[in-house]
Amino acid sequence: MQTLHSLYNILVDIILIVIPLFLIVAYVTYSERKIIGFMQARLGPSRVGPYGLLQPIADVIKLLSKEIIIPSGANKNIFITAPIIMLVPSLLVWSVIPLSETFVLANINAGILFILAFTSLSVYGVILAGWSSNSKYAFLGSMRSAAQIIAYEIAMGFALVGVLMAAGSLNLQEIILSQSGGFFHWYWLPLFPLFIIYFIAGVAETNRAPFDVSEGESELVAGFHVEYSGITFALFFLAEYMNLILISILASIMFFGGWLSPFQGTWLEIFFDWVPGFIWLSLKTLIFIFIFLWLRATLPRYRYDQIMRLGWKVFLPITLIWIFFEGIMIYYNIEPWFSYVK
Amino acid sequence: MLIEYLPILIFLVFALIFASLMISVGFAAGPSNPDSEKNSPYECGFDPFEDSRMKFDVRYYLVAILFIIFDLEIAFLFPWAVVIHEIGLTGLLAMAIFLLILTVGFIYEWKKGALEWD
Repeated sequence: MQTLHSLYNILVDIILIVIPLFLIVAYVTYSERKIIGFMQARLGPSRVGPYGLLQPIADVIKLLSKEIIIPSGANKNIFITAPIIMLVPSLLVWSVIPLSETFVLANINAGILFILAFTSLSVYGVILAGWSSNSKYAFLGSMRSAAQIIAYEIAMGFALVGVLMAAGSLNLQEIILSQSGGFFHWYWLPLFPLFIIYFIAGVAETNRAPFDVSEGESELVAGFHVEYSGITFALFFLAEYMNLILISILASIMFFGGWLSPFQGTWLEIFFDWVPGFIWLSLKTLIFIFIFLWLRATLPRYRYDQIMRLGWKVFLPITLIWIFFEGIMIYYNIEPWFSYVK
Repeated sequence: MLIEYLPILIFLVFALIFASLMISVGFAAGPSNPDSEKNSPYECGFDPFEDSRMKFDVRYYLVAILFIIFDLEIAFLFPWAVVIHEIGLTGLLAMAIFLLILTVGFIYEWKKGALEWD
């Protein structure tokens, strides 16, 4: 009875994570089109519902009712499983994200390791999709995309190591708590280069503009998922946007104090005491999502060799040097790198 | 504690079922009238010239190999970073030597042109 009850609780928690997540993904796509539209002096979607607010729902219905085309040369089974392999890890990572002081599905002690492991699984989805389609565009797109993802995973991993050194824990809840003390105690300040590198690497990891050479609609049409249609394409789409939100929420957890109030330790603290932690986390995350969209509206696409040069020759040395530096700072107990209390 | 991973296992089952369900719904709800033109791989209106599993640049392999080295390095750094506050000078120096050796290798790759894409 006890176990049944706890299983039921877990399922409810999963639903509580998944349903809002899908709604957010739907409305991130809407706001992306709207925001980029306004930045380019257009209106964006405005026909379906008031201000086009029902547009994502119309999109879902459209995608569901479209034919799933399996190319004649494709490896059928891999072709069908690739979107599943893409979607499942990007859903699964959400189980360790602390959404508020108390709400986290699985408060495991190896949180960051789990996230790193599961986000890197999406490379398999990309490669399998590109390979099984048996189309040149898809193949080229998946090669590029995979090489880019693994190149930036190095930079991202090093940035995470920097956070771990400062926090002294792999648990995301403890990483947030170790940042408590207000805006200037969050890790964006002592780990500023790592924060910048983490975010740019995150943009590259999700294959978003300006690093979207794998999609490159002007040369590769859509990259690795060019042969996918209907709901199979929607799964890739869903995974991409969930990864975008994940990068944003991780940036706010690891560098901007997660659900901590930005007014901690100042006279404003009592006035904002009633705001739940979840709201703070959402606000921070929304800012990062907005930056993602902003980048896409503003920056032209990088060339592929420039992307690889940035990843290997700029980010890798900077992170290495910074980790070395941080280690020395921690050894000599120099503030603010040594804000660790146990 | 391994029991903390139970929700993740349940989530995994949930996600697998959800993703398969979505695809099944897509197959059920969408029409299905294939023809040979529609099913041919997309190639700008031409019939495909040759098999698409063509030769590709060896540098993709090189990137993959470099990735393994550096990802392993990160895997080594993770446990070290967690306990850095407790291991003192020995730990710091050990990691410094390890990183130094890797950096030498990295510089070698750089000078050899393994990181060039042109």
